[in-house]
Amino acid sequence: MTIVLGAVAYDAKVVPIWEGFGRAFERAGIAFDTVWFSNYERQVDALLSGAVNVAWHSPLAWVQTRRLAESRGRRARAIAMRDTDRDLRTAILVRSDSPIMNLEDLRDRRIAVGAVDSPQATLIPLLDLAERGLEPGRDSRVRTFDVLVGKHGDHIGGERDAARALMAGEVDVACVLDSNQLLFSREGTLPAGSTRMLHAVGPYDHCNFTVVDEGLGNVERVFVETLLAMDIADPEVGPLMEMEGLRRWLPARTSGYALIERAVDRFGSRWAP
Amino acid sequence: MREGAPSPLDLGSLGFDQGAHILVERALAACAELVVVSSRPEFTVQASAWCRVRGHGAESLGNGSMRIRARALTQRAERAGSVRRPEAHAPSRWGLAARGALVEETGVGFRFAIEDRDAVWTDDAARLYAQAAAAQWDPETAIPWNAPMSHPDQVEDAVVQVMTYLIENEIAALYVPTRFLPEIHPHFREVVQVLAIQAADEARHIEVFTRRASLRRGELGLSTRGGQMSLKTLFEEPDFALSAFLLSTLGEGSFLHLLRFLEANAPDPVTAAVCRLAAVDEARHVAFGLSHLRAQAERDPGLRPRMAAAVHRRFDALRETAGLNELVFDALVLLAAGSFEPEAIARGWQRVADLQVEMDDGRRHRLVRLGFEPAEAVELAGLHTRNFM
Repeated sequence: MTIVLGAVAYDAKVVPIWEGFGRAFERAGIAFDTVWFSNYERQVDALLSGAVNVAWHSPLAWVQTRRLAESRGRRARAIAMRDTDRDLRTAILVRSDSPIMNLEDLRDRRIAVGAVDSPQATLIPLLDLAERGLEPGRDSRVRTFDVLVGKHGDHIGGERDAARALMAGEVDVACVLDSNQLLFSREGTLPAGSTRMLHAVGPYDHCNFTVVDEGLGNVERVFVETLLAMDIADPEVGPLMEMEGLRRWLPARTSGYALIERAVDRFGSRWAP
Repeated sequence: MREGAPSPLDLGSLGFDQGAHILVERALAACAELVVVSSRPEFTVQASAWCRVRGHGAESLGNGSMRIRARALTQRAERAGSVRRPEAHAPSRWGLAARGALVEETGVGFRFAIEDRDAVWTDDAARLYAQAAAAQWDPETAIPWNAPMSHPDQVEDAVVQVMTYLIENEIAALYVPTRFLPEIHPHFREVVQVLAIQAADEARHIEVFTRRASLRRGELGLSTRGGQMSLKTLFEEPDFALSAFLLSTLGEGSFLHLLRFLEANAPDPVTAAVCRLAAVDEARHVAFGLSHLRAQAERDPGLRPRMAAAVHRRFDALRETAGLNELVFDALVLLAAGSFEPEAIARGWQRVADLQVEMDDGRRHRLVRLGFEPAEAVELAGLHTRNFM
């Protein structure tokens, strides 16, 4: 059985990353190919139709696949994830000199979020505010920064634009992934001391490899074992792991998707006022 | 806290968006696990995000404190030799890393054609580089560009023709060794530095000869097929040692005599100055070529026969060409003559003949220094291109 992986090409670097991992699978005796998608929705369909037999999925694509599969009497499974996919948080930032001191002060304020379909920068933080009684769109004005829609916020350009809008005073609050806040401060988008974290949402989990039904059959075990054995010190795969933002692969867990599940219940797959 | 554990690291109000990680990494270098405390409200969120990205373990202990466990050090790395002296062989996997650096195993895949010390090295390289760095001169101030000139127009034409010839030869002297630069493993840093500063020298020569040529003329002289054919054979030599032998030892060595001749017979102070300064630089280039080729010839008995074969090959390739541009030859005679009086021309002619004998003697002398037998040195010196470079 050939493994046909679906991956969304949210950035040019994605192609050499998966082609490099593909060579590692070939070395382990697994026939491997990749199909590139421009958006996760098409990738979800392809996984369910069998055009690909495993998909590197965003958390939202995982939820979409799970729900569609179950509605058809089928079953989706997550089989592996990155160490860095676990326990993420979203930082809700205000400028240091902002009069906003607590969530109640957000009423009628302008909130900058990421792409309409970004779990980390839009759906999950807006869910958190809604569950605390601040219905976005009604109790506050939401401004989305859609750099690449369909890519579920994988491209961090939207979050960076939201951070810039915060610094420029165009919005009162910005929602960014915790590690992106550190990145934005290092690159100067958010100068040190210029912002204050009003609130943190999470933890929640991010991407995973998703399969449906029988999945990868008899090669699934070798596929997962090959992933888990990858070593950041290995000169062949180490640089690819660095580019993909992980230090080691872990078995998947689905306990970290409760927030995105509730966000989809509440808003659907895209935030729309 | 457990007994024997280090006391907690207090970050005060320093955030991870302000460099707090520097203190944490420093503490983790001394112990595998530590408790970090902070007065920042966002401490836990920031520290968790930083630990996740860095691969460290993180556990919140509440009240602005956190236990951090250093990730296992798994990166394979090796020392790229010693900063003081190069290794006999520099593997490609060290890539562009500084000599003596700790290099992660990356598989980035640089390739250098010259990875063996014996192929390029001389212990004189560092000294010659330092000398060159100290001897750099500013063309603007080192040359009396506004000095008065009173020589006749035809003498100026001769100067322009000689400068035209010098410029194309300096371009060859810039391009030929520079082509080898990215082929030499950067581990042999001093050699790379010598070649780089040599390129800067040639760039300056091209500038000052061009400036001198255009002081009184809007157009330059003639570039001949024979001259360019001769330089092309230098371009086509693919071996670093043989290229250095033909260019530095034989070509630039001959040029040293030519530049000193031009300084002595210059009709004006500007021509004298540009030739004098260029000769000082060229002497260093010759010294480097001689030094590394001597070292290499001592270790590799096959090098001398290869050098001899290269001279023969080049001679054969240039057999049908005209050699030195006739206009350049005549210009040298006129400059040495100083006037169009028949006796003066005869004197100039003799001086140019003497110059060629001096050049030949110089080549022979340098060949002997490279270990050639005197008889072979005489033969090879005589086969050198009549175009001088």
